[in-house]
Amino acid sequence: MAVVFERPKSLADVPTHYCPGCTHGIIHRLIAEVIDEMGIEGDTIGIAPVGCAVMAYDYFNCDMIEAAHGRAPATATGVKRALPDKFVFTYQGDGDCAAIGTAETVHAATRGENITVIFVNNAIYGMTGGQMAPTSLPGQVTQTTPYGRDTKTAGFPIKMVEMLAALDGVALSQRVAVNSVPHIREAKKAIRKAFENQRDKLGFSIIEVLSSCPTNWGVSPAEALKKIDEEMIPYYPLKAYKDIRAEEAAK
Amino acid sequence: MERNLMKGNEALAEAAIRAGCKCFFGYPITPQTEVAAYLAKNMPKNGGVFLQAESEIAAINMVLGAASAGVRTMTSSSSPGISLKSEGVSYIAGCDLPCVIINVQRGGPGLGGIQPSQSDYWQATKALGHGDYQLLVYAPCSVQEMVDKVTLAFDMADKYRMPAMILADGLLGQMMEPVTFPEKKTEFEPKPWATNGHGGKRDHNITNSLYLVPEELENSIKSRYERYEVIKANLTEAELYLTEDADIVVAAYGASARVAKSAVNHARAEGIKAGLFRPITLWPFPVKEINEAAKNAKAFLDVEMSMGQMIEDVKLSLNCSKPVEFFGRTGGVIPSPAEVLEQIKILAEKY
Amino acid sequence: MAKITVNFERCKGCGLCATACPKKIVALQEEKRNKKGYFTAYCTDDSSCIGCAMCATMCPDCAITVEK
Repeated sequence: MAVVFERPKSLADVPTHYCPGCTHGIIHRLIAEVIDEMGIEGDTIGIAPVGCAVMAYDYFNCDMIEAAHGRAPATATGVKRALPDKFVFTYQGDGDCAAIGTAETVHAATRGENITVIFVNNAIYGMTGGQMAPTSLPGQVTQTTPYGRDTKTAGFPIKMVEMLAALDGVALSQRVAVNSVPHIREAKKAIRKAFENQRDKLGFSIIEVLSSCPTNWGVSPAEALKKIDEEMIPYYPLKAYKDIRAEEAAK
Repeated sequence: MERNLMKGNEALAEAAIRAGCKCFFGYPITPQTEVAAYLAKNMPKNGGVFLQAESEIAAINMVLGAASAGVRTMTSSSSPGISLKSEGVSYIAGCDLPCVIINVQRGGPGLGGIQPSQSDYWQATKALGHGDYQLLVYAPCSVQEMVDKVTLAFDMADKYRMPAMILADGLLGQMMEPVTFPEKKTEFEPKPWATNGHGGKRDHNITNSLYLVPEELENSIKSRYERYEVIKANLTEAELYLTEDADIVVAAYGASARVAKSAVNHARAEGIKAGLFRPITLWPFPVKEINEAAKNAKAFLDVEMSMGQMIEDVKLSLNCSKPVEFFGRTGGVIPSPAEVLEQIKILAEKY
Repeated sequence: MAKITVNFERCKGCGLCATACPKKIVALQEEKRNKKGYFTAYCTDDSSCIGCAMCATMCPDCAITVEK
């Protein structure tokens, strides 16, 4: 018998601090698989966020930087401008990428900064214990929307990849999910494409990954995955909103 | 040596290029914008990167990234913009990264004004961002000294793995004087800690300021403070002008020191034994040097373009051995030599 | 012939592997907790495993190795 599935080499062989059933671990693994397949671990610098993935720097074997909250795209810009031939990715949650760091995300995108952003959207602030995220769904109950997110007062969820697709500097703006094996396979393809775009110097790529938070959603890990299908995907459709490779191929 | 007549801000920028600065990130703000304009024009010609960021916050975090990647990097701003950078500076200090930060000060608080000021002394030396850390702070008082201190700031930032600041002001930034530049630096000490891709040749490097175990955070801070002790013992700089026999010693830095020096000369012409103590490093404060200047002094006059911030370091350093009085103008008003002379005369009468 | 090996100490007992298995032969055992206190996943019928790796694909903790 031969091994057909094992831990990718660029994913550190350590236990993670994530809650049972949290899909951060799946997303970490997909990134590591892509890094391994492309053979770029030694040429990659990852930027960890503030949020649940704050300690991601301990989970990847490539060089890592821990950025200030929301500033990962700016920090990534600094690294990439200093070392334009290296691969630079950010790993950010919804608060990091779409609230406190919105300006950094949007401007890295519109500059066409040649980096890869992995944006994990689980519609809640996990690290601080379950407060409203910019992406929390209308009506969603969180610690800071105890009566459900009222869009009249708390506003509407932000649709990052739809918004960023409007910018000329963006090469790929796609939403995927990791709540089923087929979705995970699609997610990996998208992440691979985002890294290949960087290799080919095509510009800014962002992959929004719909993710779960069983702990703060207050459901079992399996139920959380169902909620992604039933509640998140209808609001956040899985789609490549911009993909200049596909557009080129279509021509 | 070639002499060039140059504006302070442009000289700062050229000095950064000569010091081997590879990446500059900034955001326009008066009165330092010429730094960015000069670098936008000249960084690409020198194989460097100029990038106008979307904000001061983004700019300082780009600096963090480039510093972590192992290159020499700089940002420049003026008072309100430096406040915005404070978060990033704290992270850079916490990550033990080297960089140079220019503050061409203007009046505050708030939007304040756009005329020269020295009201960011406390911010630069005590409180730029949260946490236990210091910046190396140089306070030049001429265009030539701006050039010299930028060169030194890059070297010391690398050596001690910490951010270094040039605390200038709108007057120094905007005035023109002849300057001489050093040769362009091309060889640098290796940075084995840089996150520049391990290439399969070493373990992965991590740039980080997070320590969840209090004892580990305390140890990291203590080791930083051990370096600060070395810096305090070795890097203080000050100019002592006619202090040897001075009865009245004026303490002033940067632009106000230029005014103070004129006043000291006028006082001497009128038979008053006045001298000038001018700190060049504001952190570490030149404690030994000020006490040397105080040897024969009867009193100190602290002169600032603020409501009196450095005066606390002057008093602390003198440890109550001499009376210290204050004269300052603020809000962008530059004190005149005549005003300072009048204060020197009052002190000469009093002590 | 195929088999899965679950890393006993790494498994957090979330059970996502069980939801992914097309043969319904992955479950959480209820006899022994690991050091972190979780009841871990195991294969209830080794002979039926087809080595599709869907359990491992779904595992957030990279706790499953698949051989075929």
